[in-house]
Parts: sequence; C-alpha cells; structure tokens
Amino acid sequence: MESKNIFLSGDEAVAHGVRLSRPHVIAAYPITPQTITVERLSEMVEAGELNAEYMHVESEHSAISATMGASAVGARTFTASSSQGLLYMTEGLHYASGGRYPIVMMNANRSVALPWSIYGDQRDSLSLLDSGWIQVYVEDAQEALDMTIQAFKIAEHADVLTPMMVNLDGFILTHTYEIVSVPAQEDVDAFLPPFETPNKMCFENPKNMAFSSQPDDNTEFKYQQNVGVLNSIEVLKQVNDEYAEKFGRDYFGMVEEYRCEDAEAVLVTLGSVTGTTRVVVDKMRAEGKKVGLLKIRYMRPFPEKEIMDLVSRVKNIGVIDKDISFGYEGTVYTNVNSAIAKTGLSIFTKNYVGGLGGRDITKAEIEEMFNELLTGKLKKEGEHVEFFNLKVSTDE
Amino acid sequence: MKEIRWHGRGGQGGFTASRLLGIAAGMFGGKHALAFPSFGPERRGAPVLAFTKIDDTKIHDRSEVQESDYVVIMDETLINPGIVKGIREGATVLVNTSDVSRYKELEQFNTVQIDATSIALEVLGHPITNTAMYGALVAESGLVSKEAAIESIRYEMKPSLVDKNIEIINRAFEQIKGN
Repeated sequence: MESKNIFLSGDEAVAHGVRLSRPHVIAAYPITPQTITVERLSEMVEAGELNAEYMHVESEHSAISATMGASAVGARTFTASSSQGLLYMTEGLHYASGGRYPIVMMNANRSVALPWSIYGDQRDSLSLLDSGWIQVYVEDAQEALDMTIQAFKIAEHADVLTPMMVNLDGFILTHTYEIVSVPAQEDVDAFLPPFETPNKMCFENPKNMAFSSQPDDNTEFKYQQNVGVLNSIEVLKQVNDEYAEKFGRDYFGMVEEYRCEDAEAVLVTLGSVTGTTRVVVDKMRAEGKKVGLLKIRYMRPFPEKEIMDLVSRVKNIGVIDKDISFGYEGTVYTNVNSAIAKTGLSIFTKNYVGGLGGRDITKAEIEEMFNELLTGKLKKEGEHVEFFNLKVSTDE
Repeated sequence: MKEIRWHGRGGQGGFTASRLLGIAAGMFGGKHALAFPSFGPERRGAPVLAFTKIDDTKIHDRSEVQESDYVVIMDETLINPGIVKGIREGATVLVNTSDVSRYKELEQFNTVQIDATSIALEVLGHPITNTAMYGALVAESGLVSKEAAIESIRYEMKPSLVDKNIEIINRAFEQIKGN
C-alpha cells in the first residue's frame, strides 16, 4: 500500500496520525479548536477503522486520569485538549510525567481567559513547560500528522518514558485544510512497534505504582525524571532520522535553521508563524539582506546546544513570542536568552510579543522586525520587549 | 499565488466551496492549496467568510489574506460599501444576482453575474448556491480545470448529491461561457 494525499485540516491530520499509531485507549473532552480531532477519532472507532476504546469522559481532568490508568496497564494512550481544558488537566499533567506514563496528547494552542477567547496563541502550553512533558510545536498539518506518530515512539522509548504534547496553532493550523500525505498502515506498523512498558501493572508481577515519596528519596525521582527528558534529545533525533528515511520527510530534530548561513539577523519562531517568516526571509534575501530564521521545534527538552551554536555565528537575534509572562517577557525569549548567556558572547536580542488571542502576524510586521534587528540597535531605548502592532499609545 | 475570498451566510456552504476548490487544485490539479474559514464561532445565517489560496509551490504563508484576486459573493444581500476592502485592483468579483449593474461599489472591479439561486432551485429544489458559484468561478478564472472541479465534487460530496451538483457545475459553465 502507498501513502495517500488527502485534503485535510490540522485537526484531521492529527486524527489520522493517531489512527495509524493504533492506540488502545483514547480519553478526551472536546474543546474548540481541538474538537474536530476527537470527533474524527470517535467516528473512526465507531466505524471500526480504529480498534480502540474511546472513553467519553466528563472533563479534561478525567481524560488525563483515565489515560494514566490505561497507560499503567500497558495501553498506548492518547488524549487531546486546548486552553482552559489543558489548564484543567494541569494537576494530572505533573502526575503523568512523574509517573512516567508515556501518554501522547495533542494540544490546539489557544489563548487563556480572561478575557475569554477561543482564538489562537501559545500561552496555554508555554505556561506548562515545567509540567515534565516533552513539548513539540509544528508548522503545518503534515508535520502535525508526522509528529503524532513520532511522539508515541519518542515518549515510549525505554530511556525516555515521558508523556509528550504535540502543539499546533489553533485555527491557523487546526482549521486550515491542505494536502497531507497520509502514510500506509503497514509502513507505520513497521516504524512504530506495539508499546511494551517495563512498568506494567498486572497480577503476574504485582508492584506499587504512583506512590508517595519522602524527603529522603524525592530528589532522586525528580533527578531521574529530568534525565528521562534529557535522554529524549538523542531519541527524538534518531526517531526523526528513521522517519525521514522511511517516509521522506526530515524535520531536523530539535530545531530547523532556514537560510542562517552568513545571516546578520535571525528571527526565532515557534509554530505556524514559521511559514510566514520563511516567505519574508526569501523576499529579503532576494533584496540582498542577510536574514534567516531559527524554527524551534522542541521547547522541552530545550535546544540549548543548537542556540549556542547559532550565536557563535549570528550577532542579532529576535524572538517572536505568542506569549507573555506578565511582569517580565515572552517565555520563549527567556529560554533563548538563558542559552545565549552560557556562551559568554555579547549578542543583541529583542523580544516581539504578538499574535495574542488570534491576532494576525503579517509579513510587513515580520519585515519590520528584521529591519530593526539588522541595525543591531533597539528602535526605542531600553525596550527589549515590544508588544508589536499595539493599538494603544505607549508614549504617555 | 492566487487568493480567493468567499462571502456567504452560515449554512450556505461557502466553506465547502472553498474546500472544493482546494481539493480540485491540490488533489486533482497538481497545485498546492490552503482552504480555511474566517476563524471563530459558526452561526447559521450570520455573514461568514472563507478563503482559498492556490499556488504552484508549497504555501508557507499563514497570515490572513490581505488582498484577494477573486471574490465570490453567494448572497447579494451581503453587499455593502465595506465589501470592497481587501480586493486587489483588477480583481474579479462574482455575484449571485440577476443584475450586477445595480451595485455601483463593485464597478471598479471586473464583475461577473450569475443567477446561481435559479440554477440551484431548478436542479436541487433548494437555494443552496455554493456549487453554482464554484462552477462559475472555475469557468471564469480557469484556476482549475472543469474536470478537476467535477472530480472534487465526486470526491467530497455524498453520493446522493454528486450527480445533481455536477449538473449544477455544467449549468454554471454554460451561463458563464455562454455569456
């Protein structure tokens, strides 16, 4: 059987990725803009195209709890959420990572209340970087499908055993239809073998799971949890390379550099704005301006080495954040700066906060960012963090 | 890249039309396409927008459509002075009407009229005008071939609706090409 090109939305692409990964248990509660994913999965189970238990749970908190229980007995598990739903899961997110349950979740990136907003930004998942989950962000529907399949392989690896969140921008990706190559089942089966947990809850080999700790041993658990996520750095690269070889699509692991060779200014992007930034880079390169982009794919583990390598070559770096950590700066920017500081190099950085609550990020705005970065000087003294395209005056 | 903006009311099938064009271009036309609705809640009867982007190469640009090359107005009651915003100079505007000349605000563009409601009523018995407008756009623009448009109907629509909607495409072609 061959792969098929189908016109799918990002939500549907994830559903196909899940179907091809043959999970045993899916537990999810619908929320805009994730809804279509769980609707399709429920239809697939109903139609017999997917042999899984679909649990219609009463809340997101129950969804994460049910997937943990299923994972404990060795089931491959999937859940999906967004925004308020994801936040309602928060207690369970820490529980799942601490329990080393390799659950895969799709998160449709959406703003968080108040003010209430169903539109996209990345404040939901970025506020959960410390929850112990591996976090990947995708650029289009194809990458959403591909990373859903890869996520099971990364999360379930014996050296990792950590849950993984696949993030795609609400509406911009979840609700946009495009051609997606859907692999054949037998090819995915060959790539992704059935899940074998080393920590199975069973009668044959009874053990205590999800237990309490004492001050004497808690640090060691947390140390091992950290090692698990760090181990995923090598694993996700191997999985990326194996996937590229088998399916012909290479995402280059932790980050993708685009036209950064000899670049004087580089913008760091996360998610769908990467595509728009590629178009701007091509336009400005054609005009002889030395600009490039760094697409961060994984926020946890963080691409520290890749950023340190970049700043040995590039002196002016901007970061687009669809997020703000109030009272400081965008969270992606904080993480990038932390990596830069370890090089001891003096680098010009600037944070562009935008795209909040679904606001468009235009090509003209991205070009303006590059033009400021190329000067290596802040256009407004002391303003390292700018809310761009702000409609209220900041001069008063 | 060609950018198409669809105007309809919730329930009239504007987003379906935008996807049919994307399917025709992407699955049966050897091109790349994106199709998306105006993001947000969907309400029956409320004005809604949908968009299709078509190009020969992969479409990376995920920003909103700023200037459309083609605008399809499925319901003429949606025409107001503000509708001209975001239409490229020299663009083509297709209107479901029996007399487009009454809309002075559209005179600056290449306007095309089609009585899609009559076609839909005659063939379907319901005023669902999306495929008639889709056929008219394809006939007028050549963005995809007529064959690709028909394939998109066969691929996407329920089997019971396929034949009638292909007939609608044929009738829309006759009206546009016959004009």
